[in-house]
Amino acid sequence: MVRQTVEQKLAILSDAAKYDASCASSGSTRRDSRAGKSLGSNEGSGICHAYAPDGRCISLLKILMTNFCIYDCSYCINRSSSNVTRARFSVDEVVRLTIEFYRRNYIEGLFLSSGIIRSPDATMLDMVRIARKLRHDENFRGYIHLKTIPDAAPELIEEAGLLADRLSINVELPTDASVRQYAPEKNPEQIRRAMAGVRLRKEISKDRSHTGKRPARFAPAGQSTQMIIGADNATDTTVLGQSTRLYSGYRLKRVYYSAFSPIPDASARLPLISPPLQREHRLYQADWLLRFYGFDLEEITGHRPDGNLDLEIDPKLAWALANRALFPVSVNRAPRELLLRVPGFGTKTVGRILSTRRHRNIRYDDLIRMGAQMKKARAFIEAAGWTPGQLTDSAGLRARFAPPPEQLSLF
Amino acid sequence: MIRVSLPRIGTADAWRKAARGFLATGTPPQEISWGDTSVQAGLFDISADTPQHTLVTVPRSFLSMANSVVWHSDPSRFARLYAFLWRLRDAPHLMTDRGDADLAALRRMEKNVHRCQHKMKAFVRFRETGAPDADRRSFAAWFEPTHHTTEPTAQFFVRRFADMDWQIITPDVSVFFENGRLRFEVDVPQPDLPDDASEALWVTYFRNIFNPARLKVQAMQSEMPKKYWKNMPEAAAIPELIARAPDRAREMALAAPTLPPARLAAVQAQQATNVSAWDGTRDELVSAISTCTRCALHRTATQAVPGEGPADASLMIVGEQPGDEEDLTGRPFVGPAGRLFDQIAQQAGLDRKQVFVTNAVKHFKFRPDGKRRLHERPDAGETEHCRWWLMAEIAQIRPQLILALGATAARSLTGNGADLLARRGKVERGPDETPVLITVHPSWLLRLRDAGRRREASLLFCQDLELAVKLSQSQATLRNRQA
Repeated sequence: MVRQTVEQKLAILSDAAKYDASCASSGSTRRDSRAGKSLGSNEGSGICHAYAPDGRCISLLKILMTNFCIYDCSYCINRSSSNVTRARFSVDEVVRLTIEFYRRNYIEGLFLSSGIIRSPDATMLDMVRIARKLRHDENFRGYIHLKTIPDAAPELIEEAGLLADRLSINVELPTDASVRQYAPEKNPEQIRRAMAGVRLRKEISKDRSHTGKRPARFAPAGQSTQMIIGADNATDTTVLGQSTRLYSGYRLKRVYYSAFSPIPDASARLPLISPPLQREHRLYQADWLLRFYGFDLEEITGHRPDGNLDLEIDPKLAWALANRALFPVSVNRAPRELLLRVPGFGTKTVGRILSTRRHRNIRYDDLIRMGAQMKKARAFIEAAGWTPGQLTDSAGLRARFAPPPEQLSLF
Repeated sequence: MIRVSLPRIGTADAWRKAARGFLATGTPPQEISWGDTSVQAGLFDISADTPQHTLVTVPRSFLSMANSVVWHSDPSRFARLYAFLWRLRDAPHLMTDRGDADLAALRRMEKNVHRCQHKMKAFVRFRETGAPDADRRSFAAWFEPTHHTTEPTAQFFVRRFADMDWQIITPDVSVFFENGRLRFEVDVPQPDLPDDASEALWVTYFRNIFNPARLKVQAMQSEMPKKYWKNMPEAAAIPELIARAPDRAREMALAAPTLPPARLAAVQAQQATNVSAWDGTRDELVSAISTCTRCALHRTATQAVPGEGPADASLMIVGEQPGDEEDLTGRPFVGPAGRLFDQIAQQAGLDRKQVFVTNAVKHFKFRPDGKRRLHERPDAGETEHCRWWLMAEIAQIRPQLILALGATAARSLTGNGADLLARRGKVERGPDETPVLITVHPSWLLRLRDAGRRREASLLFCQDLELAVKLSQSQATLRNRQA
């Protein structure tokens, strides 16, 4: 075989990495290189250095160490039964690419994932070696996200957490049954055990010793996971139920929903579909409602007959339309919890309403200046000089927000 | 009118100093004409030295807003800021009135500047201008910001790239960082930057990380407006990527499945030999429990928590079910109730290492609530399903006495779940005629709010534990004598 150049390897191994949704570089410890001995900084908030035409942010150099893999997961481009071209980066090549890209301000850091070569332990060890070299030899202070292999030995995961900002372990699919079906070598219980291990290890690193000294920070940007949507027949209720358990059990920073996307050389066991992008979007909206707006899972999906979210209108609006008896609410008197439930009001708008109404009555025009989406909100609120009248209970209210009905095609 | 001309470098400090002086002398906004050096003076303007400043207090939030707004490109920014500051003298609460039209306009300008700063941090592309193996490497970039954001953003690049020399040249203010020293210059001509080999690699990366099956051009352009494209090497690839995307997606869908490569069998054989470090050495019963799917609880819990203790223990303690911490660690009695149990057991002279501790139900049953998992009592069906494993553990350990903690354990062991408080401290018949001593669960003690009742209940619980130790020892000696 002809030796591949770094450029060829980069093409193969970044192509293989694009199915990982996460590209976040936020929420880690603040650090910089002002002393002049090291390279890089982290400011708390992430930076997206470019956007690809798929609308996704490019914040990190997201690559696979290798796309050789001994696992045979049906949904994955790198499964062992696929015929994609294989490549493997050496430790030095990944380190050099990361540093050179970083110095030119292309990236915030490295997102390293890998196919499993030889054994989970051997693969994890190589990934840890890359992170170690970046941190210790190159004094790199940028962001590192390591995709953790759940079967790897706990000591390796431990070292990975001390070097990286974020660890992530993919749950892959919404139910245990579909993981067993489509990823036969993966064990859902082991995935949960590894996530539990990361949470416990992170909690230990928060305890000060008796002298008051802090132990080394473990994965300061937390852990995240990814679920493929649309490959199996799980409903949105199942998907969101799984994520609420993941958030509560393992203190995840994020659950990423990844619409099952066509891959080259697909498996015959899992026919390709056009990726359910709208469903993915609605799931993220519902996820936000669960975490930041005080909604229960039952409230979001309970009123849906088939257990799936409404694709035409957003879940908050769908909830409000199903619970019109609670509306209209008065922006000048309603408590914070109720204001958060008004469609068109975000957490920032609600904060502005609360701070302004301490001084004076809020009028309709004030709400526009505060950043509320009045097209959605106006049917559900009362303000000084504004009352929605019959609008809240009108039969045609949903039609104002849903896309217009389309004539069915005859052919 | 008093004419104030602010410099292009150090604008924020100059504006602040001038505004503070005018405020101290009580100069109303309509008497001042603000401008920077690029704005022509009006016909009736008199240029005045800014008055000497005295102490003026303004809300801190105004200062941080003003520090951003002064960098906006709108020529009216200084006047708007001062006009709002003038209103703020009598009404400091205006800063929290987000519906105020003046404040809303200033906040919008602040947001524009922040966005411009953010895009500068993101879209500046350095090219190497020195030798790659030099001791201190040097880089340069040409960038065209929308607002005057070079100066406020320079510190970001200092924090990030302190170990190299760099310069960002813009049509407005340019910044140079050489040997750890920062300096600004205005109107530097656009330089001719040398080619950089890493740029080709970066474009390769950009082309390949794009997924043609999920084209969302609008989403890309709203975050990466076209005005930035001409200075970004990767942007040249965008039109072609968009044009080819539908065909590439169609090709993937139409391609027929291929036969697996020849190496597949060898790979699978290798995969089968891998042993996970997590499994360790476990006996048969423990492995069997960990794969249990007899009820639905295994779908939501992390793992099954089997019993733990010496195989020849004369005393077996049965709790209800694993809690949050037990579920995460896979070991019984390590959570808050477990710690309380250990504490009282020590007082009662019970050595935890000598007893076998387990639970009536092996998986954690809970309800997610935000960042916590709230314990839910296992129902009769779940307890009944899990009785199989409890009986297997009893058969393996053959304890002299079983201590049942709480109603679930009592029901599982004796078939009777009625009135626990009436039965506590008494010995009943369990499976295979093994004596079962009934007592409360330590988590019940934790839930008692009243300190007096709690002390009383803890004392009773301690007595029960003492009784358990005594009974298990006497039973053991009895059996030894019989043998």
